[in-house]
Amino acid sequence: MAGVVNHSLYARRRRRNFITMGLAFGATAFGLSWLVLILLVLLWQGFSGLSWAVFTEMTPPPGAAGGLLNPIIGSLIMTALAVVIGTPLGVLAGTYMAEYGRYAKLTVVVRFINDILLSAPSIVVGLFIYEIMVAQMGHFSGWAGAVSLAVIVVPVVVRTTEDMLTLVPDTLREAAASIGLPRSLMITKVAYRAARAGMITGVLLAVARISGETAPLLFTALNNQFWSTDLNAPLASLPVVIFQFALSPYKDWQNLAWTGALIITLAVLVLSITARILAAQRESS
Amino acid sequence: MSVSVTVPSVSPTAANGNALHEKIAIRNLDFFYGENRALKNVNCSLYQGKVTAFIGPSGCGKSTLLRILNRMYDLYPNQRATGHVSLDDGDILAPSQDLNMLRAKVGMVFQKPTPFPMTIFENVAFGIRLYERLPKSEVAGRVQQALQRAALWEEVKDKLNANGLSLSGGQQQRLCIARTVAVRPEVILFDEPCSALDPISTAKIEELIDELKDDYTIAIVTHNMQQAARVSDFTAFMYLGELIEFDETPRMFTTPSDRRTQDYITGRFG
Repeated sequence: MAGVVNHSLYARRRRRNFITMGLAFGATAFGLSWLVLILLVLLWQGFSGLSWAVFTEMTPPPGAAGGLLNPIIGSLIMTALAVVIGTPLGVLAGTYMAEYGRYAKLTVVVRFINDILLSAPSIVVGLFIYEIMVAQMGHFSGWAGAVSLAVIVVPVVVRTTEDMLTLVPDTLREAAASIGLPRSLMITKVAYRAARAGMITGVLLAVARISGETAPLLFTALNNQFWSTDLNAPLASLPVVIFQFALSPYKDWQNLAWTGALIITLAVLVLSITARILAAQRESS
Repeated sequence: MSVSVTVPSVSPTAANGNALHEKIAIRNLDFFYGENRALKNVNCSLYQGKVTAFIGPSGCGKSTLLRILNRMYDLYPNQRATGHVSLDDGDILAPSQDLNMLRAKVGMVFQKPTPFPMTIFENVAFGIRLYERLPKSEVAGRVQQALQRAALWEEVKDKLNANGLSLSGGQQQRLCIARTVAVRPEVILFDEPCSALDPISTAKIEELIDELKDDYTIAIVTHNMQQAARVSDFTAFMYLGELIEFDETPRMFTTPSDRRTQDYITGRFG
């Protein structure tokens, strides 16, 4: 055995392996260190401003005490609406692509367009909704904000729905067909059930994606300094408030912006972890 | 190419002397995957209350043939069958054929166990509720019947609410048989039902097939010649998309009339 081993060749291979591994570790550490740095600064700056007032008081004028209640509520309302509008559309389109139209040309076209939409800059989405809603209505509104977020939700949900349904083995569909299940029941009772965890994960990821979006809201919901849940009027949101406060020269506004950023980050973190747990459950089942 | 198809050389009164009733008749059947002709002028019969085994090397068209009998190929594009296949008096290949009704009559058990992602009880009850509106207690009774029929009841009666996927491979396959039986089909198609199972589970499934044949017409595709010899009354040997020989199993395995059949069953190829 030992006689066949070419020692110089083996040593060279080991050396090369060592170098490649070192480079890979280095790149990973470099990338991660920035992420850790961002998180540390965020935690440091955000936690110092965290208090009950943040969740119970309105955004203050400069120099006064206040909180972030109205943008938190505004963000929750618009995110919820966006999910309510975007999820059914996305799920239905994804279902068409994976089930009914799997071999159709239309599916290829839709998938291509959806991929473009998926990576479209969100500011373009904001401008688009500005044109078709804000300009037509004559004023900024919560509705326009929700719709622009929904436009971002749709392609994410379309993609994950299609992917997750495609992962459901055809043998399961054949089994459903073999007892005479009509297509609609095969999809809703069997395929959806098998893909459920993955599809929910998709929606959660979409929520995580839109909860930090600023650009589309700047052109649509704008902002509101005061308490408002009127969807026909400008509506405050966390990202826009952060944007505005962070750019302001006032120290207390900047502190509130840090706290807002921390709240969004933690919310996204919780969503991502939930999505992970659900995905893990899907794999173990 | 000389194709000498032995069209049912079986006398109408075979085996135990009872008259045979032709449940499914296959005549001049061709099948195409796109341009590729996978079945060539196949003629065959499935007799009521009998087990017919389809044997032959991989890619010979056994499974393709089976999947025509419940029009499973309809799920996919660019696949088509020409010729005549009838179930009793109904034309299986007719475009007007209601596929769901056909599949209610012609059930199928697959190579890989395919329980639905739901509880053991639901796996079986699902098919029952599809066709009949029954009170809860009666559904439970039917589920028990089906599970008993599939020789699974004793093993799962205390965990009917466990996920069907939590069972072992052999149990899953019997759950699938229970699911199929629960719909009360007339014909059951087995597509290599034991190829993913260990010998003990295989023996159980074979026993089951033997018991089921009193009530159902059964077709089974298998790679295992001993299995074909053990469970079937009739055997069809297929090769390169043609049905080479079709006969009663004992005769097929002792005195096959075609050279290729003999070569295959004696293990000279395949």
